[in-house]
Amino acid sequence: MSVQKQERRDFIGMAFGAVAAVGGAFALVGMKKSWDPLPSVKAAGFTTVDLSPMQPGEFRQVEWRKKPIFIIKKDENMKANPSRDVVVGNENYIVTIGLCTHLGCIPSWSASDKMFKCACHGGEFNADGMNVFGPPPRPLDIPPFKIDGTKLVLGEEGPEYKKLVATA
Amino acid sequence: MAHITKATSVRDWFDQRIALTKLWNVLAGQYWIPKNINFLWAMGVVLTVLFTLLFISGLLLLMYYKPDANLAFDSVNYTIMKEVEYGWLWRHIHAVAASVIFLIIYIHAFVGIYYGSYKKGREMIWISGMLLFLIFSAEAFSGYMLPWGQMSYWAAQVITQLFGGIPFIGGALVEWIRGDYAVSDPTLTRFFMLHVCLLPIVIIMVIGVHFYTLRIPHVNNLEGEEIDFELEAEKYLKGDTVNSKVIPFWPGFLSKDFFYVSLFMIFFFYLVSFHFNFAMDPINFDPANAAKTPTHIYPEWYFLWQYEILRGFFFDIGPLKAADIGALAMAFAGISLFFMPLYDRSDVVAPAHKRKGFFIWFWLLIIDLIILTVYGKLPPTGFNAWIGFFSSVGFLALLLVVLPIITIKERKANK
Ligand code: FES
Repeated sequence: MSVQKQERRDFIGMAFGAVAAVGGAFALVGMKKSWDPLPSVKAAGFTTVDLSPMQPGEFRQVEWRKKPIFIIKKDENMKANPSRDVVVGNENYIVTIGLCTHLGCIPSWSASDKMFKCACHGGEFNADGMNVFGPPPRPLDIPPFKIDGTKLVLGEEGPEYKKLVATA
Repeated sequence: MAHITKATSVRDWFDQRIALTKLWNVLAGQYWIPKNINFLWAMGVVLTVLFTLLFISGLLLLMYYKPDANLAFDSVNYTIMKEVEYGWLWRHIHAVAASVIFLIIYIHAFVGIYYGSYKKGREMIWISGMLLFLIFSAEAFSGYMLPWGQMSYWAAQVITQLFGGIPFIGGALVEWIRGDYAVSDPTLTRFFMLHVCLLPIVIIMVIGVHFYTLRIPHVNNLEGEEIDFELEAEKYLKGDTVNSKVIPFWPGFLSKDFFYVSLFMIFFFYLVSFHFNFAMDPINFDPANAAKTPTHIYPEWYFLWQYEILRGFFFDIGPLKAADIGALAMAFAGISLFFMPLYDRSDVVAPAHKRKGFFIWFWLLIIDLIILTVYGKLPPTGFNAWIGFFSSVGFLALLLVVLPIITIKERKANK
């Protein structure tokens, strides 16, 4: 090849670079999307819990989106906390995702001292789900919910949920 | 095309077409190894043997394993362990080799540190080796998940959750990695892909690179002596094998290696036959249960030091959250040894016992790592938490502060 043909080589090189870059970008998007949760996983996102049978002071664990959800019905000894409590009727409940905000272990509810204790790295949360000791960086998360009579629908953002996260 | 003549032998036939003799000489027959090295230099070959064992036992397990959250546990604990003939043997070989390979990797790496084999021309050997360590960690972790027991499940939960610490995209990233809101079937199947396909391919490639990086600077030796390999090789080829400081990889060095490999294999199969339990966590014989965390979770022994660094920082410092400092420190610990050639500011290549400050530093590092490993397994409460904290800080300080200081001193003293 003669030296004068250099521009042609450059053009071929740039053309290849452009096609490869576009193709590569599309391939990456495709690969990223293949790893996303499937539609069937996303759709199975709602759980309804009837709160009316709960006794004051009772602790309950339900499952939502494969995550444990902690529900406590507060009794008269437990102080109301307007920025954490879910009010259904005129009862106050604590509803949180039962995964430690540190690395995601499930803390266990210790009814005697009214605390959630995480065995993994020693994190502790009080009954309102506030982190009080150890590595957890923030209080237990509140799952999106909607109130429907005495029922709690997990997975949908109702007005009560929006108000609660706004104050938290 | 080369000029092909009628072959005089089978070997000649291949020589003319694919230069068999030349290839053999490059790979073994005239690949030169210094004479003054000891059994610690056999670890590379031991690792190669272990990797081969893992590969073969893995293939046999793969024929019966079912990558499905509902079937995985039984396919391992019932089908492979009870039904498949010798299934238990492959499983125990696989599990013990996965554990022991880390022991040998650690010895291999710390021999490199002790003799200064990571510096002055040998940086690429060190870096490709650290890269292998990192990919092996990913390989071990993804494999640990596959039996889908309680420990598998919660290890996956905790490790994937670590990515949640990344600002802004953390939460979404965790869901993306898991393919679900929690660790579940899609997580299992993608880790299966990584463990049996993508990562092994990458490992084999990087092993190739690691071997190749030895060709130019050659392996170090017991004295850190700079050998002129070409000169010494010439001597050897001229027949002066006694005065030459080198021997060919084959037969000289490998025959010695095979001896050590044989000793090691006796030890290895003793473990496989009588003490396979150490590589099997009892909690992992409970099927995965997403609704119940085991009361005390910890990783396999070879990750304990990093795990302890993760939880060593248990209180907030200023605006930094304890969890973030811990995650950062652990992320750094994972890659920290890559930079050994940078921390060591002296260009003396000599065994540690001939470099006083470095010698003390080396053993302090080993002691610190042992403390981290021991406390990584203990519950992180009270007094233990403080030991964890100080040894974590100690690890970072030893690498980032102490090593540069003593090696700069050493350099100045040598002037
Ligand atoms: S996961 Fe709960 S303290 Fe670490």
